[in-house]
Amino acid sequence: MSLYYVQKFLYELNRSPEVQSRYRSGETGLFDSYDLTDEERSALTSADVGLLYHLGVNGQILMHFAAFHQIAWADYLQLMRDGIQQHGPVREGVYAMSGYEGTEAHTEALRSEDSTAPVNPTDAKGDV
Amino acid sequence: MPLVFAGVCSHAPGITGRADQADPDSREEFYQAFHQMADDLKASRPDVLVIIAAEHFANFFMNNMPSYAIGMADFYDGPIEDPGWLGIDPVRVPGNAELSERFIAEVMEHADVSYAQEWKFDHGIMVPLHFLTPEYDVPVIPVNINCQGPPLSPLSRAWNFGDALRHAADRLEERVAVVGTGGISHWPATPDSGKINEPWDRDFLDRWCRNDRSALLDYHDTSIYAEAGQGGFEIRTFLAVSAAARGARGTVHCYVPIPIFAVGCTIATYQM
Repeated sequence: MSLYYVQKFLYELNRSPEVQSRYRSGETGLFDSYDLTDEERSALTSADVGLLYHLGVNGQILMHFAAFHQIAWADYLQLMRDGIQQHGPVREGVYAMSGYEGTEAHTEALRSEDSTAPVNPTDAKGDV
Repeated sequence: MPLVFAGVCSHAPGITGRADQADPDSREEFYQAFHQMADDLKASRPDVLVIIAAEHFANFFMNNMPSYAIGMADFYDGPIEDPGWLGIDPVRVPGNAELSERFIAEVMEHADVSYAQEWKFDHGIMVPLHFLTPEYDVPVIPVNINCQGPPLSPLSRAWNFGDALRHAADRLEERVAVVGTGGISHWPATPDSGKINEPWDRDFLDRWCRNDRSALLDYHDTSIYAEAGQGGFEIRTFLAVSAAARGARGTVHCYVPIPIFAVGCTIATYQM
């Protein structure tokens, strides 16, 4: 697993029209300078947003990758939810800090920690 | 000379990019407050706008991540995002390398900081400028606090950094305005996008308005993450403005949760 290099590739893709052009053309060798597993490389080439989120890619990087692929905002959010459903909790990175396992379970966990604390006064469902 | 303006505002990309999907009344309430902040900023006649942001991997990455960085260029291009996605046209924002250099040298008297002679603005700066200086007619000094890629500089250091910014502003002849941008509680760009912990936000803003240093520093990233999401790490920008305001009291002009903007939309200023 090399979350660092997955994110490094996406960071450079997000910034560089040249990398975007090479990615679009399916250029072999584009990933040579990144230390990626087959799973990671496949997630990048197939634009598997759900798997990339599960692997731990930061949303601030991932949302631009989704926009680059013309994925609508609501669909982007759903793809991440589906990724957690399909693959399990986020493996690594900032979202794995508390064993984060998805919207509903996370909210329930917060409620059980402190039943007096309102944790979700504005429902995320209003976003989609 | 002393600061002529100090305030904070939200910067989420949905504010411009998904404006048509928001509740119109909430959106207009927020936009009006943003426009009023722009008027107040203009009335303070700033020579330069120091904008304290928490950028999102547009310039700084984990290969070489500065906890604190200040721009030192004559211009900054933005947005780095697709203009259609963000809803802001590409623009070259004026900077002032010479003024930045003097400012940075003064900051360094009290805080360590990286400087950057290249810097592309992402939504964290472009959205605020779109409202605050829509003609892009005020030179900008961008400031960044790493709020995205842990390990993050502790809150107490963010406070000290804000204090160093104030020291530097006081030493300049120019009229300096400071604006911090960021979210309070939010879960941006994640499956939880749209969740907003309004009580947490209001409690934070109360501490911010009182400019209560000990109360503002009485947070820890573990509890921030649990209660306010990873976006809550961006309170560092708000804290830096509090420190820069040196005890001034604040007013919240707008706080309205707008889920499609993924944040409790906030406009607040200190009485300088």
